[in-house]
Amino acid sequence: MNATATAPDLAELNGVKFALERMGGGKPMLVLHGGSGSVAKAPFMAKLAERHAIWAPTHPGFHGSPLPEHFDHIDDLAFLYLDLLDAHGLQDVTVMGFSFGGWIAAEMAVKTTARIGRVILVDAVGIKVSDRTTRDIVDIFALHPMEANKLVWHDQTRVPDFSKLSDAEFTAMAKNREGITVYGWEPYLHDPKLARRLHRIKAPTLVIWGENDRLVSADYGRKYASLIPGAKFVGIPQCGHLPQMEQTDAFLKHVTSFAG
Amino acid sequence: MQAWYFSEGAYHYLPEESSYNSIRVSLPNAIYDPVKGADLYHRYLDEWCYADEIGLNIMTNEHHQTATNLIPAVPLIAAILARETKKVRILILGNPLANRRQPVRVAEEMAMIDVISRGRLDVGFVRGVPFEVSAMNSNPMRMSQRLWEAYELIMKAWTTHDGPFSWEGQFFHHRQVNIWPRPYQQPHPPVWITVGSPPNAAQVARLKHNAATFLSGYNVTKLIFDGYRKGWREAGHPGSGSHKLAYAALVYVGDTDAEGEAGIQELKWYNDSNKVPPQFRNPPGYFPAEAAGNVLKGAFGGQVGVDGLGRTPPPKTVEGLIQQGFAFGGNPDTVFKQIKKFYDTVGGFGHLLIMGQAGHLDHERTVKGMKRFVDHVWPRLKDELNEFRQAAE
Repeated sequence: MNATATAPDLAELNGVKFALERMGGGKPMLVLHGGSGSVAKAPFMAKLAERHAIWAPTHPGFHGSPLPEHFDHIDDLAFLYLDLLDAHGLQDVTVMGFSFGGWIAAEMAVKTTARIGRVILVDAVGIKVSDRTTRDIVDIFALHPMEANKLVWHDQTRVPDFSKLSDAEFTAMAKNREGITVYGWEPYLHDPKLARRLHRIKAPTLVIWGENDRLVSADYGRKYASLIPGAKFVGIPQCGHLPQMEQTDAFLKHVTSFAG
Repeated sequence: MQAWYFSEGAYHYLPEESSYNSIRVSLPNAIYDPVKGADLYHRYLDEWCYADEIGLNIMTNEHHQTATNLIPAVPLIAAILARETKKVRILILGNPLANRRQPVRVAEEMAMIDVISRGRLDVGFVRGVPFEVSAMNSNPMRMSQRLWEAYELIMKAWTTHDGPFSWEGQFFHHRQVNIWPRPYQQPHPPVWITVGSPPNAAQVARLKHNAATFLSGYNVTKLIFDGYRKGWREAGHPGSGSHKLAYAALVYVGDTDAEGEAGIQELKWYNDSNKVPPQFRNPPGYFPAEAAGNVLKGAFGGQVGVDGLGRTPPPKTVEGLIQQGFAFGGNPDTVFKQIKKFYDTVGGFGHLLIMGQAGHLDHERTVKGMKRFVDHVWPRLKDELNEFRQAAE
């Protein structure tokens, strides 16, 4: 990892520069954020860092990590993070991905689990389940941003009021939407091949889902889990698309009992 | 002559605006009556043919899934006009290249229309508007890069005459490219590109293509046109380059000022009927993140700022539209003076794109406005304003 003069806070791997937060100690855990961007500063991350050496990259193209000209496919991220594990000689890594990050985690794990000890998918996207005229994943880009924001949460009193965000925060939000779009516009947030490759995942896998997820349903999560040999599905009640935020304690309990 | 009559071919028989949340993308087509639609197509074709009769060039374009424009495939309407008209030039402005999956197909379509029209085609290339990334299922990221790669592939397809070449680019792959027919005009039809910023305009100037801007008003137009002239100068091209610049405005010429302004009142349907919610106006990556963030801020109830060029939405009143250079309307002398003032303020341009029909402006008033322009305004523009003369030559 060589820091560069122009962007001193970015990691660099094979010419690709990206933000990489490291914290805590213990067995390594790679945490892959979802469509809303980096979660490195979220309170649940501090809890995870009490037990794990956290590696939390910001995906290239999302706010904080520039988009390389040649990046346009979910595999670009999957290979980047497999390379990251290689570059640091990490072993027995728990790879945990939220939503869009769960898709990356699954794409990594179908390629090789040589350095991956466990996989945790949290309300992950990435596979196609229903017929061709039925979306599995809500087309958030066809919804008013405020409506899409409401769908993220089960408890509507938790929906954040974004009206007072700063201009810089809105720019960051726009960058994160760009990030999802680069990799997930078409096919929409899935890889048509992935479902038939999930059998290759050799590492123990936990699939965590908000039972009331309205962006991508818990039934989709059950299907996802059923395609991964030996995977365990846990549904969290009273919970939308972000268990780590909406039901943090339950989320941490499941992660801890699975990954230590 | 280089004044162009333009109509969007709108379907204006719409329900009360409050009954729908978007005129684009999601408006159910049950609202569209194909019988009325047929009458409208023929009426609009008649108007373009009338332009041919009176010597006013023709401009057409395409849009998708919208009542504002019923031409989802501009080569179709242009091909009809290539056959139906005899004299004037036909400008397509333009082919939405970032939304077209096969640039070679675009090269073929344009070559065919150019041949049928015996070399009367001007070919415009545009990126495609934000609303249409859904309609075309086009990724809104990297649209400019796709536009330019498609442009390069089309230019190569038009100008390669010794058998096939292959293309394995970042966005497009094509084997055995060898188009039949090739263009009538040599080496290729005149090329136009729409521009939205000074650097963008400079890029088009370096290539010596025509650059057009739509309803951008006095200040923004001047910035963009100056950007073009700077690019033109820095590339070492002769002259100022201004004769290559085009401006599109609502234009209506009446016998009296009141009649001209009443025409603008109808034409401004083009601006006023554009009800589109933020999710369709602002797909990720279409605008720079700062500008996109600004739209998100508005969507979440925050106070929206202006963009980097100081661009503001068109005013709602006829008076405001005329004052800010979005519309030219009045009696012939008034319209001449309005255009001349705009021309002088923005540093000159060579092509006037006349948005001459919209909304409820009926056939009779549409063609009367066109005729008055040709008889009483255009001769003075051509005689008294250099760049128009140069473009006309």
